[in-house]
Amino acid sequence: MGKSFLKNHPTMLVFLALLALFTLAITVFSEAYGSGLVSTSFVKTLGKTLCLCLVAIAMDVIWGYAGILSLGHFAFFGLGGYMIGMWLMYERTKEVVLRSLENQTIPPTETEISDAIATQIFGVVGSSDFPLIWSFAHSLTLQLILVVAVPGILALVFGWLAFRSRVTGVYLSILTQAMTLALALYLFQNDSGLRGNNGLSGLQNLPHVTAPQSEISMWFLWASAAALGFGYVFFTMMLSGKFGMVVKGIRDNEQRVRFLGYEVEHYKLFLFTVTAIVAAVAGALYYPQAGIINPAEIMPIASIYLAVWVAIGGRGRLYGAVIGAAFVSLLSTWFTGGQAPDIPLGFYTISWVDWWQVLLGISFVLVTLYAPKGIGGLFDLLKRKEVQK
Amino acid sequence: MSTLLEVSGVSVSFDGFKAINNLSFQIGKAELRAVIGPNGAGKTTFMDIITGKTKPDEGRVIWGDRSISLLGMSEAKIAQQGVCRKFQKPTVFEDQSVRDNLMMALKRGRSVWDVLKYRPGADNARLEQLADEIGLLSEFSRPSGELSHGQKQWLEIGMLLAQDPQLLLVDEPAAGMTPSEREHTTNLLVEAAKTRAVVVVEHDMEFIRRLNCKVTVLHEGSVLAEGSLDHVTSNQEVIDVYLGR
Repeated sequence: MGKSFLKNHPTMLVFLALLALFTLAITVFSEAYGSGLVSTSFVKTLGKTLCLCLVAIAMDVIWGYAGILSLGHFAFFGLGGYMIGMWLMYERTKEVVLRSLENQTIPPTETEISDAIATQIFGVVGSSDFPLIWSFAHSLTLQLILVVAVPGILALVFGWLAFRSRVTGVYLSILTQAMTLALALYLFQNDSGLRGNNGLSGLQNLPHVTAPQSEISMWFLWASAAALGFGYVFFTMMLSGKFGMVVKGIRDNEQRVRFLGYEVEHYKLFLFTVTAIVAAVAGALYYPQAGIINPAEIMPIASIYLAVWVAIGGRGRLYGAVIGAAFVSLLSTWFTGGQAPDIPLGFYTISWVDWWQVLLGISFVLVTLYAPKGIGGLFDLLKRKEVQK
Repeated sequence: MSTLLEVSGVSVSFDGFKAINNLSFQIGKAELRAVIGPNGAGKTTFMDIITGKTKPDEGRVIWGDRSISLLGMSEAKIAQQGVCRKFQKPTVFEDQSVRDNLMMALKRGRSVWDVLKYRPGADNARLEQLADEIGLLSEFSRPSGELSHGQKQWLEIGMLLAQDPQLLLVDEPAAGMTPSEREHTTNLLVEAAKTRAVVVVEHDMEFIRRLNCKVTVLHEGSVLAEGSLDHVTSNQEVIDVYLGR
């Protein structure tokens, strides 16, 4: 990274500084390493929010910069979570099984251990065998590779088919939505090999780790903050030069870019795959903090929320996506967590748990109509005022 | 004079309507050619076929010294071969600066990887020189959306020069220009045709007279007449279908 690169991206520096400050502050006030002002459950909420910010900047790159409105990026996020979840669940169950068999007079055989783990995990869907897709679940390294490889290959194949046929605009959005819906419906089945609608659970318990949740939650917050910072720098670098120009050109006039000699499909496919991988990494960090993943997480509505966050935060600028994701998802936690005071109207009481979505829907419509640049557009106004002075 | 592009026996129909009917066309390496014809004669479809936007039903499109076929190549691949197209309406990337527009057009590697690792370095001087040539050096860092209509035309011409094409396809370059701008454009096209092939599609007879080049008249998807402007304008058929109206 050259000096001029840093100088040309002041917002990136500000963002990284704020992110570091935020992480430091949470650490200082955490239960594990500080005064205890911030509860462990809130640390988890914040850590998860950082992961949502990471998937939001990936969404911003594919939608805000390249103009491809993917309504399926949460599928990649969920797949990343499933891949890491398989190892967590396997290893943790193995630990529990080994402990319970410790006191037997005859030491258990490998098959007995394996069967016991399989029964523990798959009993809930009426099976006691490991499906083929769990072949690598014993190895953290292999599952970490799958976190990147499975969503990456899915995005590559899906993107190749879609972009090669020149599917664009709203048709592509529908296609991506069909993809995530099909995946969710498949995973809902008990014989999908990923425990149907039960999903994978107990992911917050790290195997072989005796540290309390208060500490583990802080580790994940640090990791999520580091991933977000890294992702932010990665995308800023990628889009800062000529590549960013071509990508924006594709958004504004695809045909013209083609006649300049650029293979538009290659660029789209590259971006689709890279953002899918970043989404998967975000998911792999998110679900151990959430503790559970099930197919409902990747229903199309999740990907639509993702688009709503980016639109409210401001498309085409990475910090806009971060603001949108953080602001809306934290607000959503507050409203749906029952903390927001109900509004009694006499004849009817507005309970925010139910009405929050209506509020979100209305604000999305208002932002689209009156502030197409989103919250990030406020910074433009401030800048303009400064120039006028 | 060796042939740069040879289109032979090309036909294409849309929903039964024959837009191009057994059309043949040749152009040399350093030649200026005007293509005229009434509305619906197939001028735009003709350009679409050469640039790969439309696939013909039959016929051949042969390109360059090595006589490779352009059919079956993507638009981008054809552009990389050195075929360059200018649209009637100036289309520049309005959100991006004059410099960025020129940089995208500059003849360099077009693959994702080439573009990702691209650093302007020595190209900066070339970009400034190009901007100077088209009189936009003072607007170098301005978003091109803020330029006037004429300036956008110039920027697009600059982008064509930056691509250093072997074949330039120009669609109605004189549309909406003032007389002095027209003259400037005429000079530029004549100049460009000294080192490369230039095909100009135009309605304006006066403009074509100034170009002083061979003319191809299209009618109902095929070539009706070809030759000097005086030759084609004295052709009875041409007068009937086009000039007589």
